[in-house]
Amino acid sequence: MKLTVEEVTAVANLACLALEEDEKERLTGHLNQILEHFAELQKLDTSDVEPTDRVLPMVNVYRADEVKPSLPREEILAAGPLTNYEAFIVPRVVDSSDGKSA
Amino acid sequence: MSSESALSEKATPRESANTPYEAIIGMEVHAELLTNSKLFCGCSAEFGGEPNTRCCPVCLGLPGALPVINERAVEFVLKAALALNCQISRDTYFHRKNYFYPDLPKAYQVSQYGDSAIGIYGWIEIDGENGGSKKIGIRRVHLEEDTGKLIHATGTTSEVDYNRSSVPLMEIVTEHHPRPGFDQIKTAGEARDYITKLRAILTYLGVCDGKMEEGSLRCEPNISVRPVGSEDYGTKTEIKNLNSFRAVSRGVEYEVERQIDVLRNGGRIVQETRRWDEESATTASMRSKEMEQEYRYFPEPDLLPFHFDDEQIEQLRASLPEMPLARRQRFVDMGVSETDAETLIEDKAVSEFFDAAVSHAVDVRTVTNWVLGDFMKLLNQHGVPINQSKVTPGALAELIGLIEDKTISGKLAKGVFEEMFNSGKSPREIVEASGQTQISDTDFIREEIVRILSEPRNQPQLQKYLAGNDKVLGFFVGQTMQATSGRANPQIVNELLKEEMEKLR
Amino acid sequence: MSFKYDGFMTAAEASKALASREVSSRELTQATLERIAAVDSKVKSFLKIIEDQALSQADRFDANPQSFPGGLAGVPGALKDNICMRGIETTCGSLILEGWQPPYDAGVVTQIQDSGSVVIGKTNLDEFAMGSSTENSAYFTTCNPWNTRHVPGGSSGGSAAAVAAGEVFWALGSDTGGSIRQPAAYCGVVGLKPTYGRVSRYGVIAYASSLDQIGPLTRTVEDAALVMNMISAHDPKDSTSYPEAPPDYTKSLKRDVSGFTIGIPREFFGQGIADPVAQAVMDSATVLERSGARLIDVSTPNVGYGLPCYYILAPAEASSNLARYDGVRYGMRVEAGDHAEMFRQTRERGFGAEVKQRIVIGTYVLSAGYYDAFYLKAQQVRTLLSRDFEQVFSQCDLLITPTVPTTAFAIGEHIDDPFQMKLSDVCTSPVNLAGLPAMSVPCGFSDGLPIGMQLIAPAFAEERIFQAAYTFEQATDYHKARPSI
Ligand SMILES: [Mg+2]
Ligand SMILES: [Zn+2]
Repeated sequence: MKLTVEEVTAVANLACLALEEDEKERLTGHLNQILEHFAELQKLDTSDVEPTDRVLPMVNVYRADEVKPSLPREEILAAGPLTNYEAFIVPRVVDSSDGKSA
Repeated sequence: MSSESALSEKATPRESANTPYEAIIGMEVHAELLTNSKLFCGCSAEFGGEPNTRCCPVCLGLPGALPVINERAVEFVLKAALALNCQISRDTYFHRKNYFYPDLPKAYQVSQYGDSAIGIYGWIEIDGENGGSKKIGIRRVHLEEDTGKLIHATGTTSEVDYNRSSVPLMEIVTEHHPRPGFDQIKTAGEARDYITKLRAILTYLGVCDGKMEEGSLRCEPNISVRPVGSEDYGTKTEIKNLNSFRAVSRGVEYEVERQIDVLRNGGRIVQETRRWDEESATTASMRSKEMEQEYRYFPEPDLLPFHFDDEQIEQLRASLPEMPLARRQRFVDMGVSETDAETLIEDKAVSEFFDAAVSHAVDVRTVTNWVLGDFMKLLNQHGVPINQSKVTPGALAELIGLIEDKTISGKLAKGVFEEMFNSGKSPREIVEASGQTQISDTDFIREEIVRILSEPRNQPQLQKYLAGNDKVLGFFVGQTMQATSGRANPQIVNELLKEEMEKLR
Repeated sequence: MSFKYDGFMTAAEASKALASREVSSRELTQATLERIAAVDSKVKSFLKIIEDQALSQADRFDANPQSFPGGLAGVPGALKDNICMRGIETTCGSLILEGWQPPYDAGVVTQIQDSGSVVIGKTNLDEFAMGSSTENSAYFTTCNPWNTRHVPGGSSGGSAAAVAAGEVFWALGSDTGGSIRQPAAYCGVVGLKPTYGRVSRYGVIAYASSLDQIGPLTRTVEDAALVMNMISAHDPKDSTSYPEAPPDYTKSLKRDVSGFTIGIPREFFGQGIADPVAQAVMDSATVLERSGARLIDVSTPNVGYGLPCYYILAPAEASSNLARYDGVRYGMRVEAGDHAEMFRQTRERGFGAEVKQRIVIGTYVLSAGYYDAFYLKAQQVRTLLSRDFEQVFSQCDLLITPTVPTTAFAIGEHIDDPFQMKLSDVCTSPVNLAGLPAMSVPCGFSDGLPIGMQLIAPAFAEERIFQAAYTFEQATDYHKARPSI
């Protein structure tokens, strides 16, 4: 399995990265090298093996439904690259009033 | 699209102009949960607030911040899943759903993917369009976080407010391919009934306030049509911006018609999201889904899994309040008509008011008529929810008592009720203040007189009067006073008696 | 002042000097600042020195020393710059976070402040903790104090170098696939990756959430125990924080290793391990044997799959963790067209090459069609690896292995061969995948560069590591060697 520059570009798009042309080339090379190494894993038969996504043997870690103070708005907005002292500002989102796919 | 390809699509119409179509309607509902705090942090989950005043490192997704699950949000989803007849996934967990959008601060939404939903394979009973009930299959009930909000300022920018970011949301999705014994929603009316019934269940549980206008209950139907008899599914479109029950039925209806129209004209349905516009009563394309989103779901490593044991589930099941359909049946058993019972249970607070009023041992049908009649009219006129009205169930029962013991007539009672509604005074207080305890209601007295005059045992005295014996009048005055517990105005009684007996001459 | 400071006093010695009023915390802090001024131009460990805050923390201790008894109270240390400290610029070694001041403290920072200790600055790291040399820092490369033409290792290279060069008494690093232990080995200091869940991750800028863990870098095993006593605690703000109270780790220093069975897993000594490294580790095992431990050969057959497994899972989580850097709420922003283009350009310019590479790998292995072959497969292999460790720990109490196959490589040596660089995680990353604790302890030199051995214990059995490491340290002199910087 070898990735093409086009495929790498598509993945980069998915990751919201606008790669420069030479970067795409170099990355494709590196990725193929790494993928080769990943191929090692296919030697193992894992058909009956449960996946591990967390190592801690703990479940049901909750907090009580209590309201705690939020941060002062000035402090939140202080880090924003562009604000109007009430909200963060982004280029007008033309998609819709509701682009979320909640 | 080139004109050529448009033509070639038109050239092969699959169905003729009169093929009957049916719609298949899937419902995806998001309900904001009535917790005090957000899903993963202590910020207030209350609706509103100045922009970005209910935010902290966690719900802003600041580097390094970590989520901790709000226990009540989980309990709410478990309750809803049980009330919706779901199987509970005993061991489950959260996923990350990855996508970029300015209102999504971590660039992933903590959600549950597929069968990792807390509740799966449930159902909800609705009234079918063609009479009888239908069990609509529910695919999953899961917990996730809400996003922030984009405010569209004029000009070239949008503002982002993260107050809603990470407010707990419950997502409820119907089955696309229902299992045997379960149905799909097929008409706009059924879609409306589905959301009405679902809202009732959620509000009865107290997990969501069900305000479609404020967006705390959001309904995004997906619609496809196919020729009747076909087993295949057509291309789906999804409708957003349906902010009321009425909008749900109108929006779905419009979209079904639109799709059938497109197909009958030889066109093709494009998979897309369409936005309902209330004013023009149409849907318009928002964005096409040709570029299928790639969400890269994977288990959320910052949170530990859930484990629900039988005991916990059974305890919760036992703690569920009476659900709307059970309440409807109970009301019917009490003597309320099917239709009235349905209306009474739609709003939890209305049904509770009704229950409280009839507990004062007054006539069930009279209570029904008052609640669904005058009371509902005034509530709607003033835009007041029933549980915030000045009229208490006890006061309504008292008013009905005054009518029953004939202190006032039904007609007068309407005015008294309106004053109760406006001032919050008790009916007796109002009646006494207006001197209406002594019955001067001519209609009412006349009614009594007519009844007395028609009684067979009074016929000899009536004949005597008609024969010219005026003294018998006193006998009838006595009868009338007795029938009204002595509270009828004697002067009016005298006049009305004379009038009525003259008519019989 | 009567206090003599050579730059290499241990944290424990400093603590004793404070307790006996030989020195004040302010004097210690100033001495540390002077040492940094003298050597940091050569080592370049620090991204930021916070002199004013450090001195006021020292004064807070000096004003009331009895209310901060023992431990590291008043003893200055440093934080890897992926640990958030309220109001102090935290860059994570990336341009995308340049100038960002977190409005909150990490869980470990709260612990440090409550204990009365002093933070003197933020140390350099590979951008977003991705790398093994600090060459991936967007700001500069840190140098190995033993030979400044060599890398200090990474990603906690700044913390390891600062401790090795005597710039601070202790430092915190983070370890996702070896990022504490590998630089500890390269710089000849002690580095511990605690059991996953033992130390709060709250406020630690995530690389790979299911693997990241904060831990100490110190000059001695005893100092590492002092840091662990300060930072390990249950933190309700981190759901993955272990609820049980930690032990007093200094207590385990008093116990020896007689009765211990130490396993030597042969797969860790395979191809790629440099002879002097393998030799030094085997010699160290013999030292422990002479101290009363029994040595046995054991096998962890799947450990060779650890590296590819790690290089799938860590980037997968990273691709999601790093998606939030979009120029909206904090950090860098490149204005460009609509919001989507702004996101793309911001991320393109804000992230360095290695970070972008890992984001792309991570995005790829999570995308539909590749998820099962890569991500899911790696998680299954992770299960096999954990089982290997479970199995060997039924036969022995501890494992001893090399920390890294070689000594520190030269700066620039692997820059065009990122894969070679990744091989340096081969002995460490399986430990993260299984969530176990492991320590790198100095155990020799080759061509003037330090060698580290790795001690691995079962989950939450850090005490065994301390026992064995301290026994080894008492029996040898490697921890007394100092770079001539
Ligand atoms: Mg959703
Ligand atoms: Zn919050």
